[in-house]
Amino acid sequence: MTDLLTLTNQGIYCPTGDFYIDPWPNGAEPRPALAIVTHGHADHARPGSTRYLATPGTAAIMRARMGADVPVDTLDYRVQRRFGAVDVSLHPAGHVLGSAQVRVSDGRETWVASGDFKRDRDPSCEPFEVVPCDTFITEATFALPIYRWPDGRDVVRSLLDWWRGNLERDRATVLFCYALGKAQRVLAELHALAATETLPGDVLLHGAMTKLIDVYRDHAVSLHPTTPVTAVDDRQRLRRALTLAPPSAAGSSWMRRFGTHRSGFVSGWMRVRGNRRRRGYDRGFVLSDHADWPALLTTIEENGARRVLATHGKTEVLVRFLRERGVDAAELKTRFGEEEAP
Amino acid sequence: MKRFTELYLRLDQSNATNDKLEALTDYLREAPPADAAWAVYFLSGRRLKRLLKRADLKQWALDASGYPEWVLAETYEAVGDLAETIALLLPDRDTSSGPANDDRCLRNWIEERLIPLGREPEETQGQRLKTWWATQSADERFVLNKLMTGALRVGVSQKLVTRALAQHFDTEPALIAQRMMGDWEPTAEFFAFLETGDGLEQNLAAPYPFFLAAPLEQVPTELGDASDWQAEWKWDGIRAQIIRRQGDIAIWSRGEERLDARFPEIEAALGQLPDGTVLDGEILGFLGDAPEPRYTFAALQPRIGRKKPSARILESHPVEFMAYDLLELGGVDCRELPLAERRKRLAELLATTHGELKLSPVVNADDWSALTAAREQSRERGVEGLMLKEKASAYGVGRQRGSWWKWKVEPYTVDAVLLYAQPGSGRRSNLFTDYTFGVWQDGQLVTLCKAYSGLDNAEIRELDRWIRGNTLERFGPVRAVPAVHVFEIGFEAIWPSKRHKAGFALRFPRILRWRRDLAPADAEQLVDVARLAGAAED
Repeated sequence: MTDLLTLTNQGIYCPTGDFYIDPWPNGAEPRPALAIVTHGHADHARPGSTRYLATPGTAAIMRARMGADVPVDTLDYRVQRRFGAVDVSLHPAGHVLGSAQVRVSDGRETWVASGDFKRDRDPSCEPFEVVPCDTFITEATFALPIYRWPDGRDVVRSLLDWWRGNLERDRATVLFCYALGKAQRVLAELHALAATETLPGDVLLHGAMTKLIDVYRDHAVSLHPTTPVTAVDDRQRLRRALTLAPPSAAGSSWMRRFGTHRSGFVSGWMRVRGNRRRRGYDRGFVLSDHADWPALLTTIEENGARRVLATHGKTEVLVRFLRERGVDAAELKTRFGEEEAP
Repeated sequence: MKRFTELYLRLDQSNATNDKLEALTDYLREAPPADAAWAVYFLSGRRLKRLLKRADLKQWALDASGYPEWVLAETYEAVGDLAETIALLLPDRDTSSGPANDDRCLRNWIEERLIPLGREPEETQGQRLKTWWATQSADERFVLNKLMTGALRVGVSQKLVTRALAQHFDTEPALIAQRMMGDWEPTAEFFAFLETGDGLEQNLAAPYPFFLAAPLEQVPTELGDASDWQAEWKWDGIRAQIIRRQGDIAIWSRGEERLDARFPEIEAALGQLPDGTVLDGEILGFLGDAPEPRYTFAALQPRIGRKKPSARILESHPVEFMAYDLLELGGVDCRELPLAERRKRLAELLATTHGELKLSPVVNADDWSALTAAREQSRERGVEGLMLKEKASAYGVGRQRGSWWKWKVEPYTVDAVLLYAQPGSGRRSNLFTDYTFGVWQDGQLVTLCKAYSGLDNAEIRELDRWIRGNTLERFGPVRAVPAVHVFEIGFEAIWPSKRHKAGFALRFPRILRWRRDLAPADAEQLVDVARLAGAAED
């Protein structure tokens, strides 16, 4: 019996259906004819395939990132489409807007490739759906028991307290976060908080953030109103604002406009003190779009997978831990997690 | 303990000195004096005597978390700090039974719980600790573990603690610095003493704060007239303060560690000094009994870390105290006198002493060009360069720029190849930042030294990625990598040693730059390195 999905030089491949999932075309071999894309992060949605298939949300993100002419067809969540002898459907992964697990079934056996996923509540994307399967291809970015996420609402509330503290001391507030997923999640939580209390100032955006935030708004995700930093001339207003910027802006000349400021970083990595101190941020806020340790284990239990393949992150830990608990687990060496920091 | 944990978090959550100062003064204002004394104790880098074995601590963490040992090991590798690893690994506090209401103050935790814990049998220790962990938040657990396992290391310098205390008591930082010197018990009485300077019996062994020189970055002519400056050799030994008061003797290192009993020959020589004398200087090791002894750090090396040297070591590795400043004479603090005056009295004092107590000579030169020429002889003399001290200056506190400069000679350099790497600790715990370098011997690369610093953050990250992608072999945390990258290593001295395969020990090895322009074949040959060692010994 051959596997429904196998690993080739260019990615996870389905021989029966002749498609790839999140391939990394290498230019040396024939380009993948069809790439099914789990979500829009650059390590999963890569250029070089002939055609793409993704959810409408992911397709919109791909067009924004890779160009309006990227040849992507859309498939709504939970709609089955047949490729050769297999049925394919997409199911919410809870990672970012449009993120999907890919279910592949030939009627006898079912495989699910999760891409990246999380189980935590997130008002900016559809919640994860448990999809029963025989083999589960999972991420393992945070596969260590120390990674357990606090509730996102509480995290954004502490962020608000920090912002207010900076205001009292007349310091600007700059929050670094990834432009796809994290920024929108923070804005969605702020939007929810703003319903019951007044935020202390404007929320401003670094130029690199606006495009993908607009994609979310186009998909009717409620986000707190934002203004481009460049549209604010009033220095006082700038200092009173919460400014969101990509991590690449840290330490750049772009920061000079703020004068005395405090910096924060929103990421699951902030759970460990050394990670924050090494990067030189004042504050770390633990908020991740990846599954934490309990979520990884719960998901594998709930979807009933008999076999687990871990693609990237702390794969060795997850694989060994599962094996010791009698689950057939192995590593699947992919190129995920290489370009986009989580 | 909650208040102290809160303080820790505030100190940890900002890189700005002002934020830290505010957190410290807020704490000092609110905490009971005995708590404040303990906080000052820990924040100034002091620690409790070892209470527990690390291996026991790990075992209890495994018991309490239910994870196998390898999970703890993997986690520790990602976190880089045992206290934090345990704090994060244990399950979150069960809040369904309501908030923990057992909030003892810091003093109570330390004096009634932690210190007695050290005297308990291991089984009891484990039970207690597991009970405490279960009722604590991860942050409280982390701070508790830190207090039990070593220094706090929260990015607060002794200087900052001193500033906060001075601000809190509305007094001069120099006074606080003086009162914080030496050994003291963290009590409410001590905290009151910090404010007033009295109420405690005078501590006869207390040293003065050391005055520290800044590296000279400008050309010396910018310092003005050379005749306003006193030049001395910059010795390579252990900076120390020696104290003789009321018949007793104390020797302090610059790290405020007492060195008593380690240098009996110096203690014996101190008997020649009158009561009420404090000298600043350098403990030096020397080679041979040539008319002019050659002081080298290598000669001192076997004495470092020996708490009670044997007669044999005393014989084979003698030391001397090279005095260069006078801080107290006749029981009177004379730090405010101009250096020229202190020097005169020091010379008079030491004119009649002999043996292991020496007066650091002044390097006499008429102008900067003569001093520049004198500095060129540093290597041959086994010193690190020159010290320049303003003759009119007082003896300051800590690192104050302006009147004491160290004017070091250029370091030795070799080009060496990266061979092994392992993760750093603390903030560098999940980056490969500890490197081992090698040089060529008969067509093979042999390890020469380790170095930890000298690259910028971007280079560290680049190298880290490369190491991960190019590991040849793992030995525990250590990774062997292919010979590809060449680095220029700088160091201050070199001497024969069995520490590394190449057969030498280097003093202060650090990376000067990444030689991307060099191939491994261009790296140094061991024979040339040996020649440097030869030159250093001549």
